[in-house]
Amino acid sequence: MSADKPLHEGLFSWPSTSPSLLGSRCIDCGEHAFPSQDSCRACSGQNMIPADLGSEGTLWTWTIQSFMPKTPYHTDETPETFSPYGVGYVELACGLKVESRLRENTPDNLKIGMPMKLEVIPMRKDDEGADLVTFQFCSAEELA
Amino acid sequence: MDVAIVGLGMHPFGRTPTMSGLEQGAAATRAALADAGTDFKRMEFAFGGSQDSGNADSLVNLLGLTGLQFTNVANGCATGGSSLNAAYSAIKSGQYDVGLVVGFDKHDRGAFNPKPADWGLDDWYGETGLMLTTQYFGMKIQRYMHDHGISKETLIRVAEKAFRNGSLTPTAWRQTPLSWEEIENAPMVSEPLNKYMFCSPAEGGCALIVCRADIAHEFHPRPIYLKTAVVRSRNYGSFEVFSPSQPPEVASSPTVTASQTAFELAGVGPEDIHVAQLQDTEVGAEIMHMAENGFCEHGEQEKWLAEGVTELTGKLPVNTDGGCLANGEPVGASGLRQVHEICVQLRGDAGARQVAGEPKVGYTHVYGAPGISGVNILAR
Repeated sequence: MSADKPLHEGLFSWPSTSPSLLGSRCIDCGEHAFPSQDSCRACSGQNMIPADLGSEGTLWTWTIQSFMPKTPYHTDETPETFSPYGVGYVELACGLKVESRLRENTPDNLKIGMPMKLEVIPMRKDDEGADLVTFQFCSAEELA
Repeated sequence: MDVAIVGLGMHPFGRTPTMSGLEQGAAATRAALADAGTDFKRMEFAFGGSQDSGNADSLVNLLGLTGLQFTNVANGCATGGSSLNAAYSAIKSGQYDVGLVVGFDKHDRGAFNPKPADWGLDDWYGETGLMLTTQYFGMKIQRYMHDHGISKETLIRVAEKAFRNGSLTPTAWRQTPLSWEEIENAPMVSEPLNKYMFCSPAEGGCALIVCRADIAHEFHPRPIYLKTAVVRSRNYGSFEVFSPSQPPEVASSPTVTASQTAFELAGVGPEDIHVAQLQDTEVGAEIMHMAENGFCEHGEQEKWLAEGVTELTGKLPVNTDGGCLANGEPVGASGLRQVHEICVQLRGDAGARQVAGEPKVGYTHVYGAPGISGVNILAR
């Protein structure tokens, strides 16, 4: 587990047994951002502080990526081994909706409003063979 | 000074293996000049755009090095709308009397593959498989169907209409009507949208000759007047493509602000429009844009499509040439194709797809990533 590296630093707390999404909050107007920003999209201010965005939310909308994307998609998959993945926006407690891969990848398992939970998954191996990990959401019921 | 469109030129959309994108732009320009009974030497300015086929101003190598002011425009799917907007201002201000607006493109097959850095995003966003416009369109209509009671049947109806209208349009790429079953059973691309519900990147060229309204009859006996041309970008909270996160409150899209401004400037309302072109890069877009442009209430599209309101014979025919769905989307040319089609309809020259009742006022709407919208109102 400790050999895992985040694909991109700063998106979620890692290593951690209960990872959270990391973003930023504007001191001036209170709006949140993900990923974290140095300036505010809402009020143009530049007084941003780090914010823990938590690991739970509800599904706001979804789709399914049914074919393997072209570059810049970068995994160890081939068109033969590719399996479709869900994509959605998950509404967090602060109101921000975060775009994410979803573990569920069939229409029957996805419903707007369903409770979702963050998880960390391997995307591909780096040159040394370590797993590069990223975040995704999955049904909170399924995890329980 | 009012602005008139006096020349229309098109190089057919689809695939032309023997011609570069630039050559298709030149062909469209020559057609527009011929339609206006004039030549390239008379053009005082040009605004042009192409996403994947090089610099539009390279057209002078094919059309003549006359020394005119030629400005390249790059605004994604809204490139054509932005070019026409710039030409409108150039004439309206009194700076110029007559000029060219042109767009062309030649894209590779398959979905576009944008680079995260070009959009101010880090590589992880693309590498993990979130950098696809098709996902955004699927997610936007998915939420819209949930909020406003739009059914899958309505999605199918929009695709059916597009290919039916395309079959009546000699310059369209897709000229074969598709049955309900063919559309319903097509391979899924991005839930709830399948293969026949998306347009494809394509090739083609489109050109317009624009001039001062008071000299319009020197060029063409039936000028079409550009009442207004408006382009707007997104506000905070608008649900747009390539957004790793969205704010809590959903704001109106740039289409709403562009549309409202255009109606105000033109002094007409949605009820005065006889024929419209609404950006339909997929069927959900046409449905949502019907309401975002003020033609109906959110959710009312279900009834409109079922009753055929937007068919050629309906009260408000939409995408009479089959739109992006039947023509494909050569990005630089696509917004101008919309204007071209409205001008053809207002002239009464649309043949088998001509809207009845001698339409007088038309409307075009283009929408592009990452949240830009252009609206034109035209009248004869």
